[in-house]
Amino acid sequence: MPQMNMVQAVGDALRLAMRKDPKVILLGEDIGRVGGVFRVTAGLIEEFGEDRVVDAPLSENGIIGAALGMALYGLLPVPEIQFADFVYPAYDQIVNELSKYRYRSGGDHSAKMVIRMPVGGGIRGGHYHSQHPESAFIQLPGLKVVCPSTPYDAKGLLLSAIEDPDPVIFFEPKRVYRAAKGEVPDGYYTVPLESARIVREGRDVTIVSYGAMLYECLDAAQRASEEDIHCEVIDLRTLWPVDIHMIVESVKKTGRFIVVHEAPKTGGFAGELISLICEKAFYSLEAAPVRVTGFDTPFPYTLEAEYLPLSHRIVPAIREVAGA
Amino acid sequence: MTAFSPRSSRPPQLTPDVVRVLGDDGSVDDQHDPRLSVDDMLSVYRHMVQTRLLDERLIVLQRQGRIGFHVGSLGEEASIIGSAFAVRREDWIFPCYREFGAALMRGLPLQKLVDNCFGNANDTVKGRQMPHHYSCRSIGWASISSPVGTQITQAVGFSWAAKLSRDDRVSLVYFGDGATSSIDFHSGMNFAGVFRVPCVFLCRNNGWAISTPAEKQTASRSFAEKGHSYGVPGIRVDGNDVLAVISVTRRAVARAAAGLGPTLIEAVTYRMGGHSTSDDPNRYRGAQDMEPWRQVDPIGRFKDFLVAQGHWDKEREAELIADIEVRFRDAVAQAESVPLPPLESMFDDVYEKLPWHLVEQRAQLLAGPRSPSSH
Repeated sequence: MPQMNMVQAVGDALRLAMRKDPKVILLGEDIGRVGGVFRVTAGLIEEFGEDRVVDAPLSENGIIGAALGMALYGLLPVPEIQFADFVYPAYDQIVNELSKYRYRSGGDHSAKMVIRMPVGGGIRGGHYHSQHPESAFIQLPGLKVVCPSTPYDAKGLLLSAIEDPDPVIFFEPKRVYRAAKGEVPDGYYTVPLESARIVREGRDVTIVSYGAMLYECLDAAQRASEEDIHCEVIDLRTLWPVDIHMIVESVKKTGRFIVVHEAPKTGGFAGELISLICEKAFYSLEAAPVRVTGFDTPFPYTLEAEYLPLSHRIVPAIREVAGA
Repeated sequence: MTAFSPRSSRPPQLTPDVVRVLGDDGSVDDQHDPRLSVDDMLSVYRHMVQTRLLDERLIVLQRQGRIGFHVGSLGEEASIIGSAFAVRREDWIFPCYREFGAALMRGLPLQKLVDNCFGNANDTVKGRQMPHHYSCRSIGWASISSPVGTQITQAVGFSWAAKLSRDDRVSLVYFGDGATSSIDFHSGMNFAGVFRVPCVFLCRNNGWAISTPAEKQTASRSFAEKGHSYGVPGIRVDGNDVLAVISVTRRAVARAAAGLGPTLIEAVTYRMGGHSTSDDPNRYRGAQDMEPWRQVDPIGRFKDFLVAQGHWDKEREAELIADIEVRFRDAVAQAESVPLPPLESMFDDVYEKLPWHLVEQRAQLLAGPRSPSSH
């Protein structure tokens, strides 16, 4: 089986989707001739031409608004936002148009697309190339939100997202775009949406994360195991609708719950997950759940290694919930 | 029905560069005359009259508290009916929210419009949106939203997709003068120019965006001239002259369908009513502001022309009005007899399949107490 990094795996998924369905069309800034600033779409314009790999003017609002019109026509757009930090000019189209189009028309219309965007810090990108804005999308009824952490999942989840009937926000954790490598099958396969994965089994503490921080959780879990604290690490893969069943079952087993994400703490997804656990597994909890997250500051350039919830901050949290 | 009687002077906004067919003296400009058949002219006229009459009746229903809201097109009937008449059946319309008259002309059943105003169980959008935010895919009508301008980029995407699919369908997008200040106007015009998208942009310059006058939207000499900076031809048309609107829109549609790219049409008209039933225009403009526009009333002008040509008379007018009144009364009676959408429908269509959290929330709603103000 070939080894791929996440950049190659996402590009492979796009290529297979475009071969399978002539309705799939890509739009984005610099995705064609140069193959994207991260080279995810490299080689696609050569295979599919500039009518299907569209180098768009620099307007996120225009890209998503036009993609929505293309979806109404019957195409299947997979637009790229160059960095998640740049999505906000398109936010009105996502909030008020895309996510509500089926609902507000009583099911008369549907507008389906998959919006890809690189997210997250750790690449020395400062706050305009580092943010992780999943909460701003999870709260929008009608959207599904996906964030893979491995090349295998990135390919399979992207193909699932393209097949799915609902609009999907597909976050690509750019800190591990090239660092995460793994075996990725050559052909077409899917990884189901709304399905999390237990990456490491353990009996003492449940740690939930996604994207680039998954690797920090695994590192912290390994270090904790040396102190005889055994963590179960769950990779959400689909953030919303979340695989709540898997988390609840794990917390019922461990009684201790940590959520790790890069986004700021207040109003972040960790708060929502902890609320859900309190609603569904309160009497299984043996310690107060803990959030290990970015701080409620803008993303700092020089101090990013202190801002991010890396394993050196997760290990103390594990000890805290474990009462060690 | 209020028909403003035409006289001989014209509002200052209707400058000489504005395309006109119906002259002040009843003459017809041969160069721009769309040369409609008598049947077509009468159909257009009937739809203009129907639009105004329904506007007046729906405002009354809102004032009586029977429907929640109305947003109308008083004085703008020619720009709406004329432009929609000019597009082909297979083309798509991306409406603003004042174009119910055009939707009816394209085949939206009157009953469906009225059901939408009541938000009842038969409403095509299941009572989920305010009145006039209906949807009708079968007539090539996009879903309507309230944020201004968002439909512009979508219309561009639709006809761009048609072009990429080697299909000659075009899109006609409606927006007002206020929307030209929006990000979507800029993006939409720019994308359409760059990719020569077969989209017809119809800016109804009705003088007002709620209380903000057109001169506060732009320092440009006109809205049409904005097209030039995007490489999109702009043309101004007398929006109160239905034959001129048809003529100009037809040319733009033919141009787009032939692969020659987009056109920006500025229909110069006037919003004779409030922005909506929630607005009181007396707070920001006087009756004298409307006076010049009463004299170029789109329905009065076209009617005078049809009467002068011997195609229309008082008897036919009376029959038309009586027919609309009866159909509207019946539709209202029917709509008022229909219950509200079922509670559980609140959760449908958010996703194609109900996810676990909506299953839970639906069960909570159904098991919980009912709001005293709703059921």
